[in-house]
This record gives sequence, C-alpha cells and structure tokens, in this order.
Amino acid sequence: MSFHPNEVAHRTRIAAGTLVVLFALLLSAFFRTQIVENSRYALQSEENRLREVPLPAPRGIIYDRHNEVLAENVPGYSVSLLSPSADSLRASLQRLAAIIPLSADAIDLSVRRYRRAPFRPTVVLADASFDVVSVLEERRIEFPGLIIQSAPKRYYPDGPAVGSFMGYVGEITESELASPRYRGYKTGQQVGKQGLEKEYEDSLRGREGVRFVEVDARGRVVREAGARQDLLPQTGPPLYTNIDLELQKYVVNIFGDSLQGGAIALDPKTGGVLALYSAPSYDPNRFIGGIPPDVWKALNDDPRRPLYNKVIQGRYPPGSTWKLATAAIALETGTATLDDHMPEPCTGGFQFGNRYFKCWDHKGHGSLTLAEAIEQSCDVYFYQLGLKLGLSRLVAGGIRFGGRDKSGIDLPDESRPLYPYADAEEYYDRKYGKRGWSQAVLLNLAIGQGENAQTVVNMARFYTALATDGTESRPEIVRHKPDRTRVFSLTDDQMAGLRAALAGVVASGTARSAQIHGVVLAGKTGSAQNSQDRTRDHAWFVGFAPADDPKIVVAVLIEFGQHGTRAARIASDIIKDYLKVAPTQHINTEG
Amino acid sequence: MARRVVVDVPLVLTALVLSAYGVAMVYSAGQTDVPTSATHAWLSQIRWLALGIAAAYGVSRASVRFYEWAALPVYALSIALLALLLVIGTGAGTATGTKSWIAIGGIRLGQPSELAKVTVVLMLARVLAARREPPKSLLELWKPAVIVFIPWALIMMQPDLGTGIVFIGIFFAMLFWSGVPFPLLVLVASPAVSLLLAFNTSLWGAWFLLLLALVLWYKPFMLEGVGLMTANVVMGVVAPILWQRMAPYQRHRLLVFLDPSIDPRRSGWHVIQSQVAIGSGGWLGKGFLQGTQKRLAFLPEQHTDFIFAVLGEELGFIGVTVALMLFLSLRLRAVRIAERANDSFSSLVAIGLASSWLVHIIVNVGMTLNLMPITGIPLPFFSYGGSFMLACWLAIGLLSRISSEGRGAKVGELAI
Repeated sequence: MSFHPNEVAHRTRIAAGTLVVLFALLLSAFFRTQIVENSRYALQSEENRLREVPLPAPRGIIYDRHNEVLAENVPGYSVSLLSPSADSLRASLQRLAAIIPLSADAIDLSVRRYRRAPFRPTVVLADASFDVVSVLEERRIEFPGLIIQSAPKRYYPDGPAVGSFMGYVGEITESELASPRYRGYKTGQQVGKQGLEKEYEDSLRGREGVRFVEVDARGRVVREAGARQDLLPQTGPPLYTNIDLELQKYVVNIFGDSLQGGAIALDPKTGGVLALYSAPSYDPNRFIGGIPPDVWKALNDDPRRPLYNKVIQGRYPPGSTWKLATAAIALETGTATLDDHMPEPCTGGFQFGNRYFKCWDHKGHGSLTLAEAIEQSCDVYFYQLGLKLGLSRLVAGGIRFGGRDKSGIDLPDESRPLYPYADAEEYYDRKYGKRGWSQAVLLNLAIGQGENAQTVVNMARFYTALATDGTESRPEIVRHKPDRTRVFSLTDDQMAGLRAALAGVVASGTARSAQIHGVVLAGKTGSAQNSQDRTRDHAWFVGFAPADDPKIVVAVLIEFGQHGTRAARIASDIIKDYLKVAPTQHINTEG
Repeated sequence: MARRVVVDVPLVLTALVLSAYGVAMVYSAGQTDVPTSATHAWLSQIRWLALGIAAAYGVSRASVRFYEWAALPVYALSIALLALLLVIGTGAGTATGTKSWIAIGGIRLGQPSELAKVTVVLMLARVLAARREPPKSLLELWKPAVIVFIPWALIMMQPDLGTGIVFIGIFFAMLFWSGVPFPLLVLVASPAVSLLLAFNTSLWGAWFLLLLALVLWYKPFMLEGVGLMTANVVMGVVAPILWQRMAPYQRHRLLVFLDPSIDPRRSGWHVIQSQVAIGSGGWLGKGFLQGTQKRLAFLPEQHTDFIFAVLGEELGFIGVTVALMLFLSLRLRAVRIAERANDSFSSLVAIGLASSWLVHIIVNVGMTLNLMPITGIPLPFFSYGGSFMLACWLAIGLLSRISSEGRGAKVGELAI
C-alpha cells in the first residue's frame, strides 16, 4: 500500500469525516424518534402495557312513593379473561371448564364476545357464585389473564309483584349493540331490557368506571393496581316513582294465582301510577345474570302469557266502559242532555233495518234518561244515541278522547289502541269494501264494541278526565311534573252529572256489588267480546272514588271474567285498600 | 531487557466505560416481570468481560510481527472451522435457524465467524501491505477479493446475512485505506448496486449510464470494462428473476423491512416494539430498570440484538447520545492509531478492526430504528454474548499494541 504520510493524513480526514457524518445521521434518527415523535410512541407504549378493565356502575335505586325500595343492587362477582388471541382464550376456557361449570355454548359465546372487543376483558361469568369464585381464586396462578371482580347485581326485593312495570336487566345483545339507540355501549355490559329498567336506562345506568391492569406481551396480568389512577364508576341517580308498594302488593294478592288479567290505579290529579299489575306475573330476579333456558322456555310457552303485559300491551274491546265516551260526545256536541229520552224505549232489543240488536238485559229497561241509561248500561238507549250522533261525529269524538292514541305511560312497548281513523267512511270502505258495511257499525261503536280495542292503561287515562275537570294527565310511573291536557269541553254541571250517573252504576246499577261503605264509588262495568272463547267475555271495570272528589282511578280487566261485576269487585277492593276504608260486605247480585 | 509496552489510555478507558455501560444494560434487560433466562446473564457477561480484558493484555504482549506471521495459519484455521460448521453447527438466539455455533456435547463453544472477522483482517492486511503500490485495476484485486470471498461465502451459507455484511464492510474499508482509488471502489461495488436498483428500471438505467461514464473516464483495461458492464447488466436482469424465484417468506421478510407495519404481529412486530420502546424514552427515558416495553417482554431479544432499544427506552435520548459518542470516540481513536502506525500492516489491521465494529454499530443500532434489516448482528461491548465480548477485547489488545509500537506512542500513555 502507499504509506506516504500525506496520503495517510488525507485518508484519515476522509475516514474521520465519514465516521462523524454517519454518527450524526444515527443521532438525528434517534432525535426524530425519541423527541419529535415521542408523544406518539409514548402513547403506544402505554396502550401496550395497560388494559382497561371496566368497573360496572351500580344502577340507580328505584323507590316507591313512600321511599320503599323497588330495585336495588347487591354484591355479586363477575369472572372475565384477558387474552392475546381467540385461540388462547378458547384454550383457557376449556381448562376453566374442567374446574367450574361452563358449557360448550358458554365458551362459544365468550369467544364471540372476545372477537367483538379483544382488548376488553372477556366476560365469562356475569354472575358467579361465591363457590366458583373461591375455587378460581385458589387456582388463579394457572390462569394468568383471569380477572375476578365484584360486580353489583340487580335485585328486586318484591320480585314478581313489581315485574309488570319493572322489567329487568341483562347483557346487551348483538342486535342491540348494532342499533343507534345503544351507541357507546360495549359488549358485556348490562342494559335494561323491559319496563322501567329499559325506559329509564340512560339515567339508571350511571357511568362505568375503569381500572387499569398492566399486562405483558402475552397478555398475562402482571400488576393489578397502581398501573394508573382508576376512574371510579358513578352510581346512577335514584328513581322516585309514584308506585304505592303496599297497594301494589295488595293488587297482586287479589289476583292471586288463578285470575288472569291486569289492573292499574292512577292518581287522577297527577296521572301518577299507584299500582300496575299484569297477572300472571314473573320474577325479574330470574333474569339477572342470564336466565336459564328452561325457565325462559316455560315463561314463553305458558298459555297465560306472563311475559305479555295485559295492562299496556293487551287490547280489548272496551264494551260498556266506552258508553261514557259516547255520552260525553253527545253532551259536548249538544246532541243530547243527561235528561233526554230516546224515541224508542228499551224492550230488550232494537230493530235496525233487517237486524235485531239485543240489549244485555232481555227484560228491557223501558224509557230512560241518558243518566239512567248510563246507570243501567242500557244498550238500546246507546244504539239510538249513536245513530243520532252519526258516524263522523262519533268517530271524531272517540279520536279526540284519545281512542287512537297511546296513553303515553312511561313504559316501553305500549300498544296503540285500535279505533277507526277520522275519515270513518273511508276506514270502513277499506276494511269491508265499498258496500260491505252499513250504519249498523254505528250501533256497535256506540256501545264500545266493533272496531274498537283499548288498552287497560288507556281506559284508565280516559277516566282521569271524567274524574277531574275534563283534563287528563299522562299516566306516569316515575314522578314528574304533571302535564295536563284537556279532553272534554263540558260544563261543570255536565261533568257533575256524568259523575253522578257513574256513582249510580255502583249505587243501584250494574256494579251494586262493588259498593264501599262510606265512600261513593263511581265507575262503569263492561264486557269485552272474546275472540278466543265466545262464551266467556273479558270483564272490565273502570272507575274512581270518592265520586265527589276522586283520589284514585282504577281500571281492571279480568280475562275470561265473563261479567264486569267481577272486575268491579276487584276495583272496589283496590280502592278500599288505598282509601283505608273499612271493607263492607259485597251484595252478590248479578246485573 | 524487555521492550517497554505501553497502554493506549484513551482507547482502553473508552472500551472499559462502554463495557461497564453494556453490562449495566444487560443487567437491566434481565429485570423483567416474568423472569427469563436473561435474568442472570449479566453475571456471565462480567465473567466474559474479565476474561476479555485478560486476553487483551496477553494479546498486547506479543509483537505485531508475530501476528503478521500468524495471519496465514489462523486464517486457514478459521476457514476450516467455518467449513466444519456447515456440517455440525447449531443455532442460537435470533438466529436459531442458522448454523453459527460450534458445540460439543450441547455446550456452545463459540462462533467461528467471530474469529474469522479478525483473521480476515490480518490476512487482508498482510496481502495489501505486501504491495508497494495500491491495486490500480480490477485484476490486481483478485487476491484480496478471494481472501474475503471464501469466508463470506461460507458464512452466507449458514446463512448469516449480518456477518456477511461485516465482511463486505471490512473489505471496502481496507481497500480504501490501502490507497485503492475511489472510482475503482465504485466499480467493484457496482454489480451489487445494480442488483439493488434492478427493481426500478429508470433508476437502474440512470445508474448504468453513470457507471458507463465512470468507466470511460477511469479507463480500466478493455476486458475489465466490458466484464464489469456485463456484470451490471446481468445483475440488473437477474434481480427481478431472483425475486420471482424467492420463497414467499423471503420476499415477505424483505417487504417487512421496507415497511414493518405490513406484518405487525410477526417479524415486523420486533421492529415496531423496538421503535415504540426507543420512541417512548423521550429525553431522559423511563429510568434505569423502569422500561415497560422491556419489563413486560414486548421487546424481543432484549439482552442481545435489541439491547440498544432497552437503553433508548430507559435512558432516553441523553443515554443514546452518550453511548453513540463513546462509540464514535472509540472509532476515531482507532483511526488515529491507524494513522500513526509504524508500518502499513499495523495500520491496515487497525482500520480493519475499526471498520468491523463500525458495521456492527450501524447495522445493529440502525436495526432498532428500522433503518437496517433485522440481521441479528450484535452491538460491540453491549450485546450479551461471550465470544463476541472476547473478540472485542482481543481487538482492543491488538489496537493497543499497534498504538504502542506506533509513532508518538509515548505521549500521554501509560507504561506497564
């Protein structure tokens, strides 16, 4: 090699220069990564090491009007697993299945949950028993991603008594997750499924907290706490309802195991729901932590339909209870006064065209005033009143009184009543064809039969207007500021007359057996033709008491109850219990 | 009377500081939440360091002339060992699939390629120093080329791409130092460049024209010129064919190097986690022993190949700067020793050793930031590994000896 000092010095400069440039380049690369892009990488390293474990928030406690607890939270345990992959989760679950009860379906379900949210702990058991938890705690070391934590568990102290309006909670389903209503929810969370729990979900749920655990590259939990400040869950605010738990339990008792139907009691001044019961009921506690499939099947297959709410979902022809609507329409439009007689007296039936329409009482009522016709529930009088009103006025009045509207009770899944729409001619044309119907439909409509099916809650709503000054209040379980809307425009005298006629129903009319000693009860019985069994009508009673200053409106429907008197006696008992009046003997007459 | 031997204080001191720094990082790399085999690696590393220092002292006792004499036999020995390795070698670490270790009865004795790095330097230095004038034509380069090619080919057959790159680095650095003109170096390297550029036709075309101009200006022998251009054309054409014939996983590896996010869970995962570790370090790092990426096993091979990522995460940009400055001063010192060496053999050996380290540092550190492909080549004085630590200190001993025989050795140096 050439080894002249000058050449060597020249090469030394090149070599040293190259070295310095190379190291400067390396250093600048580190500067870019560590200083310029630091925040990005710092975040990534935090995400690497920390896993969020959700801390479920206790749901808001639900109280009745006397601050008795209707729904509360009790301590429970949930078991979940953190896993780096679905396969590893499946392997862990299969090992778990060897020591705790875990079905193959449950394993599949957990793997599906994992796929939805791989970085959240996968819920294995939402409601683990203490025995399972202690077995797992002992063998924790074998399951590195295992997370056992206390999870508040919903509990309804009066279970089946409150099931009709309470609903229940359960794990959010995949279809719920997909709907915009549940945006922001995560898989594995509990959500209100029915009743109040669903209606007030947004408030009751509170806010989920977060606990951070540190995991290593294989998803093993290496540090439980102290990884970062936890975010504590926030309990949902309490819910104060209008329910009177004592009255509710009383209603439940009356229905017992044999009766099937529904009842609702309202405070006519506020619309507050004092009691709401659909018989038979179910125990919402059975749904907590996942309902066993056999229990679910039994509930679903029960012919008495315990999961079907007969107060807000069931639609029944209102029968004679609707006669008050017909009467009010007649008074409002000036078609009749309370003292008016109809052209033909009741002889037990009414000939219309080539058809003969019977009165419920074949003996006949003779010539009656409107007030008397209400008391006696005379069909013949109302047939003629309906004809006098005419189809469009009758239908328009029914619509104005809310016959086509939901009551607006604060419960999900309320059914809309069935009733003709405003253009009644077109409605019937469409239903039966252009010449397929006659004015005879009027006769049926006027006595609450025909194209009319109402929910129990909607009839109760309508009667709050009768019980007050013609304004109604939306039925509400949760205490809100009452929101009154006008239903009738009747004079005070007309209102008083209607109420007196209703009181007469109980005093001397069809509901005599429901009299309460010392209290004037006003109300109307009704029989709803039953499409399932023509010989056994559904029995209605809608009424209020005391008649001069109503404090409670009750609507009762007994499926297959045959005659309204049965419903009237139940309503009477409910009112007596609420008004704390000493019970009197029933007079056992049918009429 | 024995000749006075002096120690090159700046060289040895820098190497000592680097080694201490390295042992500290190996210790930290072993402190994970879930203990691994690396937990006690630092103890073994200290033992190897002590052995290395002792060996360095021994090496520095012998004259450079002895090494010049020994170059041929040890070179031959290392070639023999490399050949033997292909038959009985075993793998380890990131290179589990390769055959780079000699093991007897399951105990790994060392990596012959470490020895080969030194012997190739000695042999190349001897051949290049024997010439009065530096090689001026390609034909004159056949001897150095063969000396490097044999071990390089044997190592590539293991296969060990990283070490192969080291040999190429040594080859070019020593040719440069021996005075081979720069254009000739470019011509030698040109086929390889063609291979890399072949994937982009216009880029390769530009390179080819540039090369043509260089050939016309430099005027090598006609035959050389023609051969060279042919080689470039062949490479340019062969590369795409080679790509076609590559196994899918090989292509995948190459692509992952170009963009690690293609494959965030497998090979790319290592690089991404290493970048996250370094990037999350910031100015001062997360603190010694406190690196979460390391502690929670997100970093792969943290005590060997990716030790620099541990350093970057725990000690931050400041720690990285200190380490790189120490490396730079060690390298500059080695260049200075080469400059002041008494004879051309010593000078070339010094440059050869320095360039070997340089390639290690650039490739290893570059790999942690995804500037270089993952090759599994260790970082001098830092990466855990006995034979490599020993080799590094042997080189220090040799450099110290060359320094003490060189001009101006008495200034500021310590006599033993």
